[in-house]
Amino acid sequence: MRLRHFRALTLLVFFGLVLSGCNVNKLPTLDEQVKAAWSEVLNQYQRRSDLIPNLVETVKGYAHQEQTVLTQVVEARAKATQMQLPADVLSNPQAFHEFEQNQAQISGALGRLLAVAEAYPDLKSNQNFLALQSQLEGTENRIAVARRDYILAVQDYNTALRTYPQRWIASILYPDLKIRETFTISDQAQQVPQVKF
Amino acid sequence: MRLRCARATTILLFLLIFAASTLAAEPKFPTLTGRVVDDAGVLSAATQSQLTDMLAAHERATGQQVVVVTLDSLQGFTIEDFGYQLGRHWGIGQKGTNTGALLIVAPKEHKVRIEVGYGLEGTLTDAQSRIIIEQSILPSFRSGDFNAGILNGTRAIIQVLGGNPLTAEPESQQVGNWSPTPWGFLILWGLFFFGPWIIFIVRWLRHHNDPVWQAQHRNALILQRGGGGWSGGSSSWGGGGGGGFSGGGGSFGGGGASGSW
Repeated sequence: MRLRHFRALTLLVFFGLVLSGCNVNKLPTLDEQVKAAWSEVLNQYQRRSDLIPNLVETVKGYAHQEQTVLTQVVEARAKATQMQLPADVLSNPQAFHEFEQNQAQISGALGRLLAVAEAYPDLKSNQNFLALQSQLEGTENRIAVARRDYILAVQDYNTALRTYPQRWIASILYPDLKIRETFTISDQAQQVPQVKF
Repeated sequence: MRLRCARATTILLFLLIFAASTLAAEPKFPTLTGRVVDDAGVLSAATQSQLTDMLAAHERATGQQVVVVTLDSLQGFTIEDFGYQLGRHWGIGQKGTNTGALLIVAPKEHKVRIEVGYGLEGTLTDAQSRIIIEQSILPSFRSGDFNAGILNGTRAIIQVLGGNPLTAEPESQQVGNWSPTPWGFLILWGLFFFGPWIIFIVRWLRHHNDPVWQAQHRNALILQRGGGGWSGGSSSWGGGGGGGFSGGGGSFGGGGASGSW
């Protein structure tokens, strides 16, 4: 009787040690970090998206003949906002890639719009435009930072998920955790539109 | 044949790993020696002490950490890329609220940047940062005067952080022109600092012929003289004086603006 008690206790201590030694909380922690980094990415893209209507209106007032570029920006934004992000976007390569493509299109169109604006001295000296331009610049920079943070978080998470001992732990305790998608670094989207002033 | 193939693959792999590690390399950051880090050696001793006093007073008043840094080299990074990593590395600003900002000058690359921590992005906005750079900093830099440019820029940053945004008037504003602090702000500031003393002195005078009360409260007087008046979050960074300065653990997310001359 006492022996059995003793054995149960040893087993309990043993499992406790094994579990704490393997750090069972590591994967969920990393998973949450990935989610937080992703939220920041979405947040910054949203911020850019919110700046666009104002920017388009301002540019239109001075350079209404630049219809093609303006339309491109508006359409790219519409396409990106219309896209329904599936709940599993982070582990769904197709949806993730589509999201990235849409945002890259906005980046490209915005870059062209700002390049075109160079030709209009009145627009360039407009205070509202200057403020929008610097906000846009700052936001592009924030997007770059958020993307890099996301890439690093995913790297940590994916590495843990694919190496031992976390791989075993995941297969037993967290079978629903999947490899997360990440941004392609040498992407056109990574390039911040060059704004000279 | 197989062996050579394998060797070639190994070399290729090594090269790849090397390339990857240089790609992911972090810049080498200067050490945080105080509120003013003059790595490029462009600031006079007088400017440095003036800046340090200004920034220390600002931190005492608001808890916000502003650091001025001149860089010897950007090491091939863009100033935006370098800036936020430097801010995170040093941990400028308070942990949790992230109320820190950096004024970064890279004289060799002719770049300047105001890097704003998460918590200050609302007051020191991108647009405001750009106005500061364009109006207060760049005119002096163009004539080669780093001391004046950095002093004016720092004053403008503190002014904006104090709740007095600049207006964009590229032509009318002069280089050294910094509008004096409004009286209301000064009075509030004074109350914040000296309030505890004033209250104490009033109470002391009221009890002036009560030696028992005075004996009981003598310790409080000493405590207050020791700096208890502004115990905002001072535990997170040591000293507060020029030498013992360290970051409070704040983080940066790429806010701010850059300029070049």
